[in-house]
Amino acid sequence: MIPSSAAASPRGVGGPAPGDEVASGGTRAHARPPGEPRRVGYLYLLPAFAVFGAFVLAPLAHSFWLSLWEWDGITPGTWVGLDNYADVVSDPALRRAFLHALVLIGFYALLPVAIGLLLAGLLARVRVRGLALFRTILFLPQVIAMVVVAVMWRMIYDPQNGALNELLRAVGLGSLAQSWLGDFDRALPSVGLIGTWVMYGLAMVLLTAGVQKIPPSLYDAARVDGAGIVREFFAVTLPALRGEIAVALTLTTIAALRNFDLVYITTKGGPGDATSVPAFQVYSRAFESGQVGSASAIGLTLTAIIFAFSFAINRIAERGGSR
Amino acid sequence: MRWHARSAALAIALAALAVGCGSPGGDSDDTADQADQEAAKTVEKPDVAAAGDVTLTVWDQEVRGGQAAQIKQLNKAFEAQYPNVTIKRVAKSREDLDKTLKLAVSGARAPDVVQANQGRPVMGTLVKGGLLAPLDPYAEAYGWEDRYSQLLLDLNKFSSNGSEFGGGNLYGLSQVGEIVGVFYNKGKVSEPPATLDEFEQSLVEAKDEGDIPIQFGNLDKWPGIHEYETVLGRTAPKDAVRDFVFAREGASFSTPEFEAAAEKLQGWADEGFFTPDFNGTGYDPAWQQFAKGKGRYLIAGTWLVADLAEQMGEDVGFMLLPGTEAGAEPVALGGEGLPFAVTSESENPDVAAAYIDFITNGEAATVLAETGNLPAMPVDASAIPEGLPSEVFEVWGALAEADGLIPYLDYATPTFYDEISAAVQELLAGKQQPAAFASGVQDAYATFTESQ
Repeated sequence: MIPSSAAASPRGVGGPAPGDEVASGGTRAHARPPGEPRRVGYLYLLPAFAVFGAFVLAPLAHSFWLSLWEWDGITPGTWVGLDNYADVVSDPALRRAFLHALVLIGFYALLPVAIGLLLAGLLARVRVRGLALFRTILFLPQVIAMVVVAVMWRMIYDPQNGALNELLRAVGLGSLAQSWLGDFDRALPSVGLIGTWVMYGLAMVLLTAGVQKIPPSLYDAARVDGAGIVREFFAVTLPALRGEIAVALTLTTIAALRNFDLVYITTKGGPGDATSVPAFQVYSRAFESGQVGSASAIGLTLTAIIFAFSFAINRIAERGGSR
Repeated sequence: MRWHARSAALAIALAALAVGCGSPGGDSDDTADQADQEAAKTVEKPDVAAAGDVTLTVWDQEVRGGQAAQIKQLNKAFEAQYPNVTIKRVAKSREDLDKTLKLAVSGARAPDVVQANQGRPVMGTLVKGGLLAPLDPYAEAYGWEDRYSQLLLDLNKFSSNGSEFGGGNLYGLSQVGEIVGVFYNKGKVSEPPATLDEFEQSLVEAKDEGDIPIQFGNLDKWPGIHEYETVLGRTAPKDAVRDFVFAREGASFSTPEFEAAAEKLQGWADEGFFTPDFNGTGYDPAWQQFAKGKGRYLIAGTWLVADLAEQMGEDVGFMLLPGTEAGAEPVALGGEGLPFAVTSESENPDVAAAYIDFITNGEAATVLAETGNLPAMPVDASAIPEGLPSEVFEVWGALAEADGLIPYLDYATPTFYDEISAAVQELLAGKQQPAAFASGVQDAYATFTESQ
């Protein structure tokens, strides 16, 4: 990380910094390529790295160590090697949990970004009065604690007296009223839609902010060339928002994959295991049923998947970005 | 490049550091023998006043209404009787306690007294790790065996290596009794049905009237276990259920009796005897609806007595699910509250034991009754408040006399709660047929018993 940023910053300036010249004394033997940091630079990294190491790397390594054991948290563990990882792949219940997480990406990431893009596209066309207020209101779900959101939606989804079913009955759509969280097929989408509600504000704020920095001249040019609203969106707005879309997708995808609190409070993974997700399994196994090794293996697998997803999203965005 | 080499070296160094931690959990091979020796000792009744200045750290989950009132009152009385003892109380919610207990008890500064839930998931694991002290010597000194029925004592027993549940050393004492029974709305049910047929007849009537026969919310997953086991008490012999929970020789879930309970319960769901969309309804909304007068019956535990009595007054009654024949012996799912146990690390086990004795003795029973709890030990009936609490107390007495309690199924194995609660949801939604339900649950159970 450091070499690349250090290499990037002095490039335009050219030549070593004055301090370097004093240190190297101008002799060829000690000269280093321009921009190459001095060794002492690593020293500056040390405090941050120590914190990172103590609170991220060491626990990560320890989790990996634990994931090689079958351990109940108290009594001596049994060495099982990579069996816990084999279970993640072979245990149908765990496979389903990971599959559910992938489905949730649709609701947490794709849907909110699509809604955000739609709003951004409209905002590029018309200037709305009181935009700040509008944006604040749409952003509110992001500000509320997830636990509160979950408790609130559990009430809204209540089949007998919940707001959603009451509303449907009031407008004559009583036939659509149903057991949102209790039906085996509908529970996962119902939980997912809560995620959409939470996440679309974030996507929208990121994307509308991005739209505002697109030079109006691009739109003018497009219009002169006779582009309609759809053409304009695909030719100007969408390419210009590539960076923002990548950020929004990364954040929301991570939220989808590590989603725990919503599931824990609304359905506890039920009915059956219809809404069970990896993060919920980690919790349940580590703290409830004494399967610490398995919980660690699931957690690390989840970490790897999250890493792969964010890496892929940014890779795709960057590749397309080098116009 | 060099950077990569360095980070690789660093990763290896970190891994080595982690590996240096050794086998997780450490070594505790001989703790079981030690525990057995401890259990075999005989002690005098501890003299707390002579123990010097003692701070007793107690972790409990008595945080709601009457529970909180009784423990505060008893702690105060204990400190008043023994001014040399200071009780440092750490109160946590039930879920919070279950999740933090293992770490706290295995840590360097373990509390002296903790409430460790019965069964293999919590108490069993702690005993296996040698973290709880056997209380048998104190039981003898204080005469605790006379204070409780056999089943209530068995529920707090484990063999010293944690493998046998329901026998071996005594590891804790509970304060309150628990029954999962049938609350009924007296405005709608004038005479409690005497047989199972009459009960089902009453369900049909309720449904025909457009009322909800049984209020039931299963979104939280665990209420289904109570529903199933209440019926199970009437289809299976109580010893079959006990043997299953204690994992005794030959116990199985896949029997005609266990299947019959599943079939009956699924039948009730199919007939529409439960709250519509029960799998999507929360536990609290369901009983609150019952308290508001909607629904004829509610299958729930005695922990709702205070709330229901307050909201429904004279309109609520308590009974057990009747048997096929009138006058059948009472059977019900139930047991006792979380037991208070002494940790092995406690520096003052004598004082800790005296404390446990104090909060479970005859006077404590009176305090418990007066604060609206159901004492697990014998108590003077005059201390019980009129109305619903006294009805419940009567049922408790009848159950004790007939030895009619069957323990919670989720005590059975460390992972059984997840397995049975999910399976009952599937059964009631018609996703699983009774036979597949019973054999599926048995398979999960066998995975555990075979590993023992």
